[in-house]
Amino acid sequence: MKNIFVHLAAHHFRQEWKQRHAFFGMVLYCAATIFIAYLAFRNSIDAVTWNALFWIIMLFASVNALTKSFLSESRGRQLYYYSLVSAPVFYLSKLVYGIILMLILSVISLVVYSGLNGVPTWNFTSYFLSMATGITGLAITLTMISAIASRSGSQTSMMAILGFPVLIPMLVLIIRMSAKAVNGFSIAEFPKDFILLAALIAMAAALSYILFPYIWRE
Amino acid sequence: MKLQWWKILAIVLLVYTVVAGFLTDVPRLAILHESIRNLYFHVTMWFTMIIIMLVSLIYGIKYLGSRKHEHDVVAEETAKTGVVFGILGLITGSVWAKFTWGAWWVNDAKLNGAAATLLVYFAYLLLRSSIEDPEKRARISAVYSIFAYSMMIVFIMILPRLTVSLHPGNGGNPGFSSYDLDNKMRMVFYPAIIGWTLLALWIAEVRVRIHRLRIKEENN
Repeated sequence: MKNIFVHLAAHHFRQEWKQRHAFFGMVLYCAATIFIAYLAFRNSIDAVTWNALFWIIMLFASVNALTKSFLSESRGRQLYYYSLVSAPVFYLSKLVYGIILMLILSVISLVVYSGLNGVPTWNFTSYFLSMATGITGLAITLTMISAIASRSGSQTSMMAILGFPVLIPMLVLIIRMSAKAVNGFSIAEFPKDFILLAALIAMAAALSYILFPYIWRE
Repeated sequence: MKLQWWKILAIVLLVYTVVAGFLTDVPRLAILHESIRNLYFHVTMWFTMIIIMLVSLIYGIKYLGSRKHEHDVVAEETAKTGVVFGILGLITGSVWAKFTWGAWWVNDAKLNGAAATLLVYFAYLLLRSSIEDPEKRARISAVYSIFAYSMMIVFIMILPRLTVSLHPGNGGNPGFSSYDLDNKMRMVFYPAIIGWTLLALWIAEVRVRIHRLRIKEENN
C-alpha cells in the first residue's frame, strides 16, 4: 500500500509538471496580485497590514490552486483511480500533493512579497514556521472542500462559497500567530496559539480522512 | 389532536420565561440596568442554535450510516430551524450591544464566531440546493455539515477564551454568574434554555412532517 501511495503522489506531480502552464499560471497569479497590492499601498504599509495582506493573497491563491485538486480530474480517470486504489490512499496522495504545491507557492509568494513591499522587523524563523503550518492547514481544509465542491452542481464558485466560512477559524489563528511573529516575537512566546492551530489542523485532517470515502463513491 | 407532553412543557416554560423574565428582580448594575434581562432572550437563542445544530449533525452522521432518506430530512429541517434561531440571536445581541457598548456590531471574537457560524450554514443550505440528485445531496451535505460543525465549535467555544473580548463571560469580563448572587436569574435562565430548545424542536418537527407529506403527495 505504501508503494502505491508513493507512486500515486509522484503521479500527481508528474501530471502537474506535464501541465506546467497551470503551475506557472498560479505563480503568475500570485506575483500579479502582489504587484497590484504593492502599487496600491505605495510602501506606506505597517507590519500588521503587511501580514494581513499577505494572508488574504495566500487565501485567494490557495483557493485557486487547490480547486483543481479534484475538479481537473475527468470522470473517466476518476473511475480508473477508483478501480485501482482505496479511497484513503487516493485521498492521502492528493493531500500530500496539495500541501507540497501550496508550500512551494507560498515560499515563492513570500519572496516576491517581501522583495516588493519590504520586510518588517520580524522574527523570520517563527514567521516562516507559522506560515508553513498555516499553509498546511489551508491545504488540508481546501483539498477536502475541493472534493466536496467537485460533487456539487456549480463547481468552481462552490469552492469559495464552501471554503471561506470553514476557513475563518483557521485563518483567524494563523493571522494572529504570524502577526506576533511580524512584531518580532518568537514562537516560544505564543505556544498556546501554535498548539491550538496544530490541533485544529490535526482535526481537519482526521475528519477529512474519515469522511472522504463517502464523497468519493458516486 | 392531542399535544405531546414535551410540547405542553415548552408552552409552560416559555410563558414562565416571558412572565418571570420581565417581572422578577434582577441585579441593579451600571450600564447594564434592565438590559441584563437579555440573558433570557439572547443567550438562550445561541444555546438553542448550538443544540439544534448538534441534532442536525447527529442526523447527518446517522444518514451516512443508514442511508435512510428520513434522516436527511431531519438534518435539513433542523439546520434550517437553527439558522432562524441564529439570526434571532444576532438581532437580540445587536440591539443589546447598541445600548450597552454603543455600537450595533463590534470586532470581537465571539461575535465574529457567531457570524461565521451563520455563514457556514448558509453555505450548507446553498450546497444542498446546488445538487439535484437527492441521494447525492444528502451524502455530500452530511459530509460538509460534519466537517463544518467541528471547525465551528473550536471557533465558538475555544478561541474567544484565548482573546481579549468585550463580551460578558470572556477575557476578564464577568459573565452573569458573578452578578447572580442569590441564583434568582438561574431560576429563569435554565428553564428558558429548555423552553426555547423545545420550541425549536417543535418547529423542526412540524417542518419534517410537512416535508414528509410533500414526499407522499409526490409519490401518489
